[in-house]
Amino acid sequence: MSILKKHPERDSGAVEAVGGEELLVTGGHTFSTLTEKVSGIVEKKTPAQWYLLFAAAVSGMMLLLGAIGWLVWEGTGIWGLNNPVGWGWAIVNFVFWVGIGHAGTLISAILFLLRQQWRTAINRFAEAMTIFAVISALVFPGIHVGRIWLAYYMFPVPNQMLIWPNFRSPLLWDIFAVGTYFTVSTLFWYVGLIPDLATLRDRATKVRKKVLGFFAMGWRGGNRQWQHYEKAYLMLAGLATPLVLSVHSVVATDFATSLVPGWHTTIFPPYFVAGAVFSGFGMVMTLAIIARKIYGLEDIITVNHLEKMNKIILVTGSMVGYAYLTEFFIAWYSGNQFEVFAFINRAFGPYAWAYWIMFLCNVITPQIFWFKKLRRSIPVMFVASIFVNIGMWFERFVITVTSLSRDFLPSSWDYYSPTIWDILTFVGSFGLFFTFFLLFLRFLPMVALAEVKGVMPEADPHHYHTKDKKSGGAK
Amino acid sequence: MSQTLGVLARFENPAELIDAAKKVREAGYEKFDCHSPFPIHGMDDAMGLKRSPLGYIVGGMTLTGASIGMGLQYWIAAVEYPLVISGKPFFSWQAFIIVTFALFVLFGAFGAVLGMFHLNRLPRLHHPVFYSDNFARATDDAFFVSIEVEDKNFDEKKTQAFLTSIGGKDVELVAGE
Repeated sequence: MSILKKHPERDSGAVEAVGGEELLVTGGHTFSTLTEKVSGIVEKKTPAQWYLLFAAAVSGMMLLLGAIGWLVWEGTGIWGLNNPVGWGWAIVNFVFWVGIGHAGTLISAILFLLRQQWRTAINRFAEAMTIFAVISALVFPGIHVGRIWLAYYMFPVPNQMLIWPNFRSPLLWDIFAVGTYFTVSTLFWYVGLIPDLATLRDRATKVRKKVLGFFAMGWRGGNRQWQHYEKAYLMLAGLATPLVLSVHSVVATDFATSLVPGWHTTIFPPYFVAGAVFSGFGMVMTLAIIARKIYGLEDIITVNHLEKMNKIILVTGSMVGYAYLTEFFIAWYSGNQFEVFAFINRAFGPYAWAYWIMFLCNVITPQIFWFKKLRRSIPVMFVASIFVNIGMWFERFVITVTSLSRDFLPSSWDYYSPTIWDILTFVGSFGLFFTFFLLFLRFLPMVALAEVKGVMPEADPHHYHTKDKKSGGAK
Repeated sequence: MSQTLGVLARFENPAELIDAAKKVREAGYEKFDCHSPFPIHGMDDAMGLKRSPLGYIVGGMTLTGASIGMGLQYWIAAVEYPLVISGKPFFSWQAFIIVTFALFVLFGAFGAVLGMFHLNRLPRLHHPVFYSDNFARATDDAFFVSIEVEDKNFDEKKTQAFLTSIGGKDVELVAGE
């Protein structure tokens, strides 16, 4: 604990590991300045950039609503689907958005169980990202049925036809897996918010105090409450960890249980999970870099935090690259000529352009993070995170479309192109996502205050038993 | 009508709060609580709290969820609407594991959250400590010990003097309706 006596690095802002431990919050913050900083974001005047971004996001959401309206009126014929390619952008976008959500749960649950304390700086908005990404994802299975008023056929509810869904189908597993994922993520997020809502409540007056007080449920921070609260948090993390691994595995079985060459492989579940975490961290990086800049959170989300996330991007990106190569190896090793064809067609067929965009973005881009300098450079990591987002969308496109467009019978092969409505729906889903996300930034604490305070050296009772009492911040 | 509901004292930091918790407990108080902006490691032992029974609630809920999940699928696939699909048996339980697991987690998560609310007696929007003007800092940067009037050792003057003697600042009587 000797490192706690002096913090020369704290004031200079440059933090590297000191005596084996590093400071997670820099800039000489005390508990109260931290409260002021994070609560201030929602209490003070909203920056002008927010209004600009919000206007753009709401416009995007309007595009989505318009595109859905036309879809409901006219039917799925407005999309670019054709005879062999019956699964187009709707499933690509669904898998893309669900995957993005996975990083939030990894940060909030898996890193919690692994006691990675740096997660506290980013977990709140990563979890928010999860919830909004899953909402954006759920739009697609909802509308792809065309006659959306019949979407209730997907649920096991008694109906006028006296029929029930087929529980042996991965598509039905998906409904349960993603539905549970959305619910559990929301519960987890809300439980984490309660102490911070109480902080906002105690700083507010009048109507605002009443509203916040209602949602804070009368939290008073007594240890008799913290005791059960921490247990609940641990339980939720323990439940969410296998859940998040299962969700994208189930999404993978949508493909893997079919007989289409290129889909029918056992590698899909782990490969999808690695890709999901990879894509999610890409999105977390994009959002974190913008948000910390606009709201001046450089002391809380430090370059150290970003570097750690870049390491995860490097690891998961390499896992995805390894999976791409394994697919080729297994296709060759299987001796099955249709399987071999499917993969050669992927890399050199009519969709080779999409395959190589995917390969460059997902496999080559993260390799720059082997170099510490690039790992800690904000412009570099921002560009890389955008590349990851693009690459992971193309991965789902490549998997879905290349296999279907060259299916069993060469006479039925066809080239698939999206229509303007496919594009507008996808662009619009970003509008939906960012509308929710910006509202979250505006009204709720984007950093988990109670958790960040809990990992500061001043939160550790042993900190005060060192003789030099001046180093402590709490007064 | 204002009546005494308890006593509140502020402490400087987590270490002092832990020491105070030990002393309050040793002095024989039972209905007290230690308020802090974040959970403090070691506080459960200092206050002499028993292990949280939440795990049993969550365990019960997960098993309930899993039973409902498997039961629902069994009933649909083998009883209510038996259909031969891909030549598999009606009760092809291997295919039903995923949904069973999803409901296991879903029920467990509700058990964790609602069980936590129940054990904490939340929501409770009205509590004596909120009568204090100082107490707003408990969710910011201050550490408090509260002792309730129902405690058998409670005495307006003696309890206040005791809290001052163990290092409490801003010791105040909490009174309200």
